[in-house]
Amino acid sequence: MITIIDYKTGNSGSILNVYRRIGYDVTISSAPEEILDADSLILPGVGSFDRAMQNLSDLNLIPVLEESVLDRQIPFLGICIGMQILTTRSEEGIHGGLGWIDADIKKFQIPDEHYVKIPHMGWNNLDIIQEDPITAGVTGRDRFYFVHSYHFSKPNDAEILATTRYGYDFPSLIRKKNIYGIQCHPERSHASGIRFLKNFADLGG
Amino acid sequence: MFQPRIIPCLLMKDNGLVKTVQFDNPRYIGDPINAVRIFNEKEADELLFLDITLSKPTGLFTRKKPAEIQYDLLKKISRECFMPFSYGGGIRTIEQIERLLSIGIEKVAINTGALEDPDLIAHASRQFGSQSIIAAIDVKMGRSGTYEVFTHGGTRPLKTDLMTYIHHLEGAGAGEILITSMDRDGMMQGYDIPLVRMVSDAVRIPVIACGGAGSVADIAEAYYTGHASALAAGSFFVYHGRKRAVLISYPLMSEIEKLFPGGDYENSS
Repeated sequence: MITIIDYKTGNSGSILNVYRRIGYDVTISSAPEEILDADSLILPGVGSFDRAMQNLSDLNLIPVLEESVLDRQIPFLGICIGMQILTTRSEEGIHGGLGWIDADIKKFQIPDEHYVKIPHMGWNNLDIIQEDPITAGVTGRDRFYFVHSYHFSKPNDAEILATTRYGYDFPSLIRKKNIYGIQCHPERSHASGIRFLKNFADLGG
Repeated sequence: MFQPRIIPCLLMKDNGLVKTVQFDNPRYIGDPINAVRIFNEKEADELLFLDITLSKPTGLFTRKKPAEIQYDLLKKISRECFMPFSYGGGIRTIEQIERLLSIGIEKVAINTGALEDPDLIAHASRQFGSQSIIAAIDVKMGRSGTYEVFTHGGTRPLKTDLMTYIHHLEGAGAGEILITSMDRDGMMQGYDIPLVRMVSDAVRIPVIACGGAGSVADIAEAYYTGHASALAAGSFFVYHGRKRAVLISYPLMSEIEKLFPGGDYENSS
């Protein structure tokens, strides 16, 4: 069973819709005992870094997540803010992150003269650096929907599965053992996103 | 490769979709769920739904309570929609925004609500992140040849100057500006390029141009000359041919790639 963690930051419903469409068994929960029962976990996220950490902490979910993801090592996918809070810190906030991956979250720094708008909002590609089961069937031509002002910065190179170019290249898909993080929103990325989420679900066997 | 977004802007009235001309004469187009299914198949970039029944003033004389946002219908739309989905119409409180986002709507468009509660955009962007807040502005060319802002579904002029208002909205934390030319709405003769460019060049946040698109060439012009980040249209996606037969369409990926071959920012100057 895949469990989508509901920590009051939006878009869990749209992830559920994708899995329902392709016939996978999923639940949405914020109850620690249900989350401990999951075979794989998805941490969605919209909004700010601090709010996401605050909500996880208010719901007493951090120890539960650590037990499932760090100790039992079940497949885990963080999406957007759910990816960003895997790090130790962000320029966006004052709270520390989960600290599961040693990296920073930085604000896009693009010179004014390029007319580049922040947030990075729209469709873009995953330029695959390392093959992985989670990107099976996904190519550089597949399009994914991004919306963010901050991005992953300087993880261990071995942890970068794909980068995306917006002004410059930033890590958009990362993996450390059983922990995956993706910056874009596969749940709103048509067939390409559905394929990606199916790949993730299939990791759980 | 980053591509500008091409966004069908669909107007809701009661339970159906309509299309207007210069904000008037709504004509029935079809069923919203059916439209979403077609745009899914065509892999549209993003959808924007605006409920035009909730924008107009309710006033002393109509003695009608303001209608409520159609959450149930929006929930059904969200369930069918595999692309980003924004909603505007009748949004006046943080509680409404929270409920809309929990349904799975990515972004909310706020127009009149920002005027009635000057702190709404600031509060909402702090609470939900600026990326979920679109500030929507309807503009008409005034007699004196300057652009005038209108609220309440294009029925009430705002005294504030357009650029002052735009800077205020950006400063308040809006994540995006939706600029609609009332004069061009439904005309299918091209965007108001000077308007789009003036607004796009004045802010650091993305600008969605709306009003006037009749062809893919118009869309390209609003991007290359107007500097918009996203191009919204209504009639262009729902009408076909000179007689305006209702037929939902969306440009093919091959056409879009021809319009925006370079992607990223290199082309937009």
